[in-house]
Amino acid sequence: MAADRLVNCQVVMMISGTLNASFRSMRTRCAFLALIAAIAGAADTHAGELNSQDLALLDRLTWGITASSAEHLRGVGSERWLAEQLHPAANATLPDAAKAQIEAMPDVHRFPFDIAVSFDQQAKSANQVADPDQKKAAQQVFQQAMNDRARQAAARTILRALYAPDQLRERMTWFWFNHFNVVQSKGNIRILVGDYVDRAIRPYALGKFRALLAATLRHPAMLRYLDNADNAVGHLNENYAREIMELHTMGVGSGYTQADVEALAKILTGLGIDLKPEDPKLKPELQSQLLREGAFEFNPARHDFSDKVFLGHPIKGRGLAEVDEALDIIVHHPATATHLSRQLATYFVSDNPPEALVQRMAQTFRTTDGDIAAVLGTMVHSPEFTASLKPGTKFKDPMHYVLSAVRLAYDDKVILNTAPIQGWLNRLGEGLFNHETPDGYAMTSPFWNGPGQMMVRFEIARQIGSGSAGLFKPDMPNAMEQPAYPLLQNALYFNGLRQALGPSTLAALDKAISPQDWNALFLSSPEFMH
Amino acid sequence: MKRRDLLKALAAIAPVTVAGRVWAAPATEARLLVVFLRGAYDAANVLVPISSDFYYNARPTLGIARPDAGNPNAALSLGADWGLHPALRDSILPLWGKREVAFIPFAGTGDDLTRSHFETQDTIELGQSVGGSRDYRSGFMSRLAAELTRAKPISFTEQLPLVFRGKAQIPNIGINSVGRPGVDDRQAQLIQSMYAHDSLASAVSEGFRVRDDVYKSISQEMMAANRGAVSPRGFELSARRIGRLMREQFNLGFVDVGGWDTHVNQGAATGYLADRLGELGRALAGFSEEIGPAGWRDTVVVVISEFGRTFRENGDRGTDHGHGSVYWVMGGGINGGRILGEQVKVSQASLFQNRDYPVLTDYRAMFAGLFQRMYGLDGTAVQRIFAGVHPAELGLV
Repeated sequence: MAADRLVNCQVVMMISGTLNASFRSMRTRCAFLALIAAIAGAADTHAGELNSQDLALLDRLTWGITASSAEHLRGVGSERWLAEQLHPAANATLPDAAKAQIEAMPDVHRFPFDIAVSFDQQAKSANQVADPDQKKAAQQVFQQAMNDRARQAAARTILRALYAPDQLRERMTWFWFNHFNVVQSKGNIRILVGDYVDRAIRPYALGKFRALLAATLRHPAMLRYLDNADNAVGHLNENYAREIMELHTMGVGSGYTQADVEALAKILTGLGIDLKPEDPKLKPELQSQLLREGAFEFNPARHDFSDKVFLGHPIKGRGLAEVDEALDIIVHHPATATHLSRQLATYFVSDNPPEALVQRMAQTFRTTDGDIAAVLGTMVHSPEFTASLKPGTKFKDPMHYVLSAVRLAYDDKVILNTAPIQGWLNRLGEGLFNHETPDGYAMTSPFWNGPGQMMVRFEIARQIGSGSAGLFKPDMPNAMEQPAYPLLQNALYFNGLRQALGPSTLAALDKAISPQDWNALFLSSPEFMH
Repeated sequence: MKRRDLLKALAAIAPVTVAGRVWAAPATEARLLVVFLRGAYDAANVLVPISSDFYYNARPTLGIARPDAGNPNAALSLGADWGLHPALRDSILPLWGKREVAFIPFAGTGDDLTRSHFETQDTIELGQSVGGSRDYRSGFMSRLAAELTRAKPISFTEQLPLVFRGKAQIPNIGINSVGRPGVDDRQAQLIQSMYAHDSLASAVSEGFRVRDDVYKSISQEMMAANRGAVSPRGFELSARRIGRLMREQFNLGFVDVGGWDTHVNQGAATGYLADRLGELGRALAGFSEEIGPAGWRDTVVVVISEFGRTFRENGDRGTDHGHGSVYWVMGGGINGGRILGEQVKVSQASLFQNRDYPVLTDYRAMFAGLFQRMYGLDGTAVQRIFAGVHPAELGLV
């Protein structure tokens, strides 16, 4: 009953939302109705009331609170909700409107080998055009198509992040992508990065770390990005070997040496990319060792078959099996459990996560053979995590900030164009697939709360708060923008979010001169930044 | 802001202070811009050791030919032992001719041997000794700003870098993505009131303080561009904007440029690295133009990178992570046109771990010596910036 009344109030406000003159009286009335609603709710079954701890939990583990997800959490309770998030169904489905946008993208169902081969052919035929002007035009078309693939990959990531019910998996997909970062601007990674996210990262995001590491290791985007495609016997390139240990697994200063870097580089020789239809010519005794899986290839002729010593373990030179052995050694190294646990706790709990929590998570990592969901389970059930849910403790990074604003503004009303979001993320310095170096984006707040960045956030808050900001204008020529007015001062606000606001914010919100202004101020508030 | 007001007040009481004085003209303000080349640029192909046969043996495909007036791809002679990459012919070589640029080979971190980009970048930005626990809230340029009476610091980066983290809030701005502010004065007031009691209060007020000034400066330039002037892009655009802002408003700046991690096909006289160098050279020359003759006389630009690269080329016509680098120091008032700091003959025997350039000039010693001379800082002030460091006397300024 209480909820009904609030919905009615919302509808009235929607209708009058653009009439700023009547805003103040309308808002006062709504606040009054909300108060009645709250009292009525308290009197019977607490219907519509949202516990602030649950809201904080929802915000921390998803891409942001929405009215519908808050309702779902309230319905099932936090324990069941956590179980759903940690162990989501494999086929968790997107809303049709989001799915349709993804299905319309070219290459979404194709594999890197076919994608790369067809782009190669397009490049060749563009280069064969005789007329210089036509040739230039053909090359531009080709480049444009490559750029489009990267934008589509970003759009897919954003649509899934905004609307997937398995929100924690989406958070972890971003986290692991960032952990195993590649940049779209290098080589042809633009056309591969979508597949990298969708087939090498997301399916393993809550599974065994070993499988995730192996999936990234065989993906052409990673082999290209960290140059292992060029790493061959007699032509060592130690770039990938170093970053695997420094960034992907053990962490810097964890005990490996320059000699270990070189040993791992030798172990990784021969792992590369092959887009040719025919197999490489090999000596007969090596032919059985050749392995091709799509664009991935282990070419034994490029492998260093010498015996190695890696992290104190003698490794018999014998081909691809050395890589499996090395990965086992790395994944079972105690530094890996600790390093990954600290990264996770930094992302979800605190800039400086408590060491005791990190150690318990690392213990879980070791006893479960690197089960990511289990490590997260230890984290979310810890008193340290619960303590970190109090307001103002964790500052949102740009991705979380922007997506949580859009989710709050539109809930499950699916946007028609992600380009504004891609632009906002770029302006905030955390653009998708745009981090040049393999360390990925920083996860701690001092990187994201400098003066310049706060200014950009306020600009974006104003854009999101003021209207559709291009989110409902389909990305096609002559498309009409569909009207959309976010109304953040709604039932969710009155029943939950408002409780977390401090007096300074409430006082400023009271001075808003229109709903748009109110939205902009709310999204600019210190509470919404956290 | 409070700190600055206090410092202003102090400066007014005691106009002749130890800090804030410039070597040549005490009445004017020294300006410093630090340019960080992230990714470890291949220093041995920028300041080419042309007298070293070992260099040419170690780099069969990457080596830059010895100076030769008839060969456009040859190194540009800077004396008997060193040559400059030809991509810098029109930008940096003229400054060398005017003695406005100096190079310091064998420079870097004496004590950080991780060969990790990220670790060593942190080491340098923090400017603390390696081994102890790090204080990530204290970067060396922030500590420098605290020692100066009239510092107007700014970071020309999208994120506030470690080098400028510290007690006082230092503004930052992504200089290539400045647009007309949409948040009006009334909203700005309300937003600041929301943050009045928040830990981000100073970040928010600093942000609003510099926002309009920067926009004003850049919108003038954009109007000029709209009138048909050729508008530069990328880092050249940034550097020109920075020059304008440092001429008018700021005197202590930091900017970083990525893309130097050349493991594969880095090119020699032409190619990937040459293109990046060309852009960097045009950017720095553009900066010196925009800051104007008077500003340039009082300005020092220091170009650094986290480490050098392997002296020998790798199997992929690139180079891997090394140790010693080459730093650049530029400015209208410096004692340039020289190769400075301790040096060794470039040979296999002088390599560090038979792999890289050694570090003979520590970055902290270099900066400490520079700060001492630029700002007239006394020994205790220098120790507060770089604890336990003996300033290097390179005779730069």
